[in-house]
Amino acid sequence: MLKKRIIPCLDIKDGRTVKGINFVDIKDAGDPIALAKQYVREGADELVFLDITASVEKRKTLVDLVHQIAKEINIPFTVGGGIGSTEDVGRLIKAGADKISLNSSAVRRPELISEIAEEFGQQCIVVAIDTKYLDGEWMVYVHGGRTLTPWNTVAWAKEAEALGAGEILLTSMNNDGMKTGFALDIVGQVSAAVNIPVIASGGAGAMPHFRDVFQQTQATGALAASVFHYGEIPIPQLKHYLTKEQIPVRL
Amino acid sequence: MIAIVKYNAGNIRSVQNALNRLGCESIITDDPALIRSATKVIFPGVGEASSAMQYLREHNLVSLLTSLTQPMLGICLGLQLMCEHSEEGDTDCLGIFNAKVKRFPPEELVPHMGWNNFSHTESPLFKGITLDQDMYYVHAYYAEQCEHTIATCSYISTFSTAMNKDKFYGTQFHPEKSSEVGQQLLQNFLAL
Repeated sequence: MLKKRIIPCLDIKDGRTVKGINFVDIKDAGDPIALAKQYVREGADELVFLDITASVEKRKTLVDLVHQIAKEINIPFTVGGGIGSTEDVGRLIKAGADKISLNSSAVRRPELISEIAEEFGQQCIVVAIDTKYLDGEWMVYVHGGRTLTPWNTVAWAKEAEALGAGEILLTSMNNDGMKTGFALDIVGQVSAAVNIPVIASGGAGAMPHFRDVFQQTQATGALAASVFHYGEIPIPQLKHYLTKEQIPVRL
Repeated sequence: MIAIVKYNAGNIRSVQNALNRLGCESIITDDPALIRSATKVIFPGVGEASSAMQYLREHNLVSLLTSLTQPMLGICLGLQLMCEHSEEGDTDCLGIFNAKVKRFPPEELVPHMGWNNFSHTESPLFKGITLDQDMYYVHAYYAEQCEHTIATCSYISTFSTAMNKDKFYGTQFHPEKSSEVGQQLLQNFLAL
């Protein structure tokens, strides 16, 4: 049976992880490779590296980092943040990224999804959608959640699928950081509307939140950052809990 | 030396990285002489079937690959190209395995992406690998079952996830991305 995926997300700035971690056995908390390897040992199913480096110049370090990650990590990983062209994608894929995630650039120029799908295959494109509930409707935001777009979230997800996205990473801005659970409503709507995998993101604070998103929506993956970084939810414990709750996960 | 067949498919480097982690030297090449003289050949791939076949034809690799006598392992698209025919771009393939490659129905959740377990028969490829262990998949097309099937996986339908004929092997999953258990399978292949 296909397993539900547990996906830690690492924020990268200038080649270093930015959020704190409290794994006892990692000496350098800012080293993305050490953190990634720890997650792999613990049973993470995939990893997402999100580059939040501001300057274009420093972004070049990302390609070097991806190269290093690919050498060390034996599970699939996605790289996202500031990817705006097929050339960017080519560099990251060549360095060893399995998938790349697009966000603002895909909304700005949706054909970019098709161009990447054609050149590198559908399986490598994750369209990341930041969504917020506004006046009775879930709307798409870009630029790190600062800019409202005219897109309704379900409509944009379907458009992204039609253009060749291989996967949707859906983050609810209402839930992000609240630790009160995933946005079951919009995750349910989007995962029912498309025939590509949907990863739920934003709001994980306790193990039952993962159970709920897998039981009540068709999401096939769940992404979280702080609950993993700070050791609040160890991945092995989470997976044993989900197994007990009859959610299929890889042990 | 292990030859990794180059044919414009994506992320071939991850196979080389996996071999490096096993302490094994390899070369990525489409040079027939290098491929023929290699101790083992790995035929990986993420990509589109008909354009991949076109590349193989243009580089005179079709008869070379089908006549290899050393162990060869096709991965993902590699396995599919070792079959008779693929619906992807409606192309004839290498015809090593006696199966056709079909697309999952569009109304289902496709690609089959993530970790899935499989049922396998006795094969040196699966030494030390138990039935409850998962491998990583990402594919929209699958090979039907045939007499060369040595393992099956269930997703929408039951398909061939590993095949073997003589010294030719293929896996639909990505051992190079399947953590320790994938590493074990690669090691088993290298020990053939």
